[in-house]
Amino acid sequence: MNRRHFLSGGLRGSLLLALGSVLGAVTGRAKARTTVWQIDPWQCTACGRCATECVLELSAVKCVHSFDMCGYCQLCTGYFEPDPNRLNTAAENQLCPTGALQRSFIEEPYYEYTINEPLCVGCAKCVKGCTMFGNGSLHLQIRQDRCLNCNECAIARACPADAIHRVSALQPYQFKSRERKT
Amino acid sequence: MSQAVAPRFPPPEFTETSHVLPVPTAPGVPAVWFQYLDVAVLIAALVFVSWLLLRRRSRAGVVATGIFSILYFGFWKKGCICSIGSIQNIAQALSDSSFGVPLTVLFFGFTPLIFALFFGRVFCAAVCPHGALQDLVLLKPIKVPAWLDHSLRMLAWIYLGLAVVFAVTGGGFIICQYDPFVPLFRLSGSLTMVLLGVSLLVVGIFVGRPYCRFLCPYGVLLGLASSVSKWRVRITPDTCTQCRLCEESCPFGAIEKSTVEAPVRPQATDQRRLLLLLVLLPILIATGAGLGGMAGGALARKHRVVNLAERLQLENTGVVPDTTDASATFRAGTRSLESLDAEARALRHRYTVAARWCGAWIGLVVGLKLLSLAILRKRPDYEANQSRCLGCARCYRYCPQELQRLGLPVPAPPATAVE
Repeated sequence: MNRRHFLSGGLRGSLLLALGSVLGAVTGRAKARTTVWQIDPWQCTACGRCATECVLELSAVKCVHSFDMCGYCQLCTGYFEPDPNRLNTAAENQLCPTGALQRSFIEEPYYEYTINEPLCVGCAKCVKGCTMFGNGSLHLQIRQDRCLNCNECAIARACPADAIHRVSALQPYQFKSRERKT
Repeated sequence: MSQAVAPRFPPPEFTETSHVLPVPTAPGVPAVWFQYLDVAVLIAALVFVSWLLLRRRSRAGVVATGIFSILYFGFWKKGCICSIGSIQNIAQALSDSSFGVPLTVLFFGFTPLIFALFFGRVFCAAVCPHGALQDLVLLKPIKVPAWLDHSLRMLAWIYLGLAVVFAVTGGGFIICQYDPFVPLFRLSGSLTMVLLGVSLLVVGIFVGRPYCRFLCPYGVLLGLASSVSKWRVRITPDTCTQCRLCEESCPFGAIEKSTVEAPVRPQATDQRRLLLLLVLLPILIATGAGLGGMAGGALARKHRVVNLAERLQLENTGVVPDTTDASATFRAGTRSLESLDAEARALRHRYTVAARWCGAWIGLVVGLKLLSLAILRKRPDYEANQSRCLGCARCYRYCPQELQRLGLPVPAPPATAVE
């Protein structure tokens, strides 16, 4: 019994040492400051996977609007279906499947488009319309109050443009602006 | 560095109203102390379960803590962060110097292992929500034949090897992708994953903790650490009287019989078998490495860059007529096909090397398993195998001495023991 105790004690000690050295090797790269997942909107191709691939039932990705980039157009290609019947707020004319993108009149000829976030599912239909034919002011962002910060982000894995990466939690958003950071 | 983006449509010039442009809202990241709370809960739970299991010897306490863990680490934390997955972060950080690991992940990765070195698998007992969940559904335990149990346990070692291969090559975290219970904790997930989780739970009604025993890659490490643990689960609080009442009590096949009454095997046969297995060990390792090297190319396809490069080649040679979103995005971008191909080649090489190591690892594991089965260890008492015992505390109440200690009525010994 004594020999067995001695052996197991020795093995325990060496396993502790091994664990300690792995820990030491990794601790050099440990970060107290956490990172979070975020979409680079300039790389995003608005494929629509964000709405379906997120592990949450309702995706953590939502559309956001950089108003300083918006042209405040009356015929918004992010808001209206292609070839809309009329330029009004009737559901048949809208691109957004949930009516989350809302339009309000400011002054002739300008309209403002805001996102009703609880309704938005992150399907990127408006983003695609806005980016292809407009100023590209509508874009997707991971909303950090909703994101679970999974070890491996499911939409990052599915993203065909490899647009989703970890960023510092100090700057958790990458909003589009007129100045594109490179 | 920044460059101006020319808008297609000019910005509005409000003249009639003094409209101010709104700015997008930016709801913040949950506070960091929130994560350290998880670490504190983890350590507190480990200490508490160690005390319950080894000192208090309380099954009820272990079950209650398990339910807490299911609620906290499972449903509240939605199964993430978890120690099982942390293996991958640590493996990737060791191979890729640019990959940083959050401190909380390190805590979750190492604390249960350190506890296992001293108190056994207390993490499995009631702190891991996966284990606790399976422990709750275990209603009609059946005995898995020893040969099947030993063979299925190999799967976890292979899974661990593969998970490390994919983590060090940047191919993704397969433990997280194929986690069977996280979709249940999140109440959402792909149909296949939900079905896998549910079917494991259904199997778990009869077979004790199938994920923990046969698949869990972290359980492999915990088992190793626990096999030399300083303190361990002792079935009897006093001395074993060889009454055999506990013999069938473990639903996980962890209780090993006393060798006092075991038939003596001829020593010459044992020695010959041992020698044969020792010769077989390097052969198994070499075979594993060879097979692994061959599988490297197939494993590499899981990496996005290799996958994209192969897809583009198929498209360029006209084998497939259409494009995927990924290949269309690549074609629209500025990166050259040559640089992508070069990266894919380097990755394939990396996968081949990693898969060769993984194959050798599997060979080593199989060889050592056979060796360990061939060596007969003397055990004077009925005891729980230190590396297999999951610390559920079921066996305690089977021991008449324990019942006596608790002042409960002791059942009459079985007929066979009376003789």
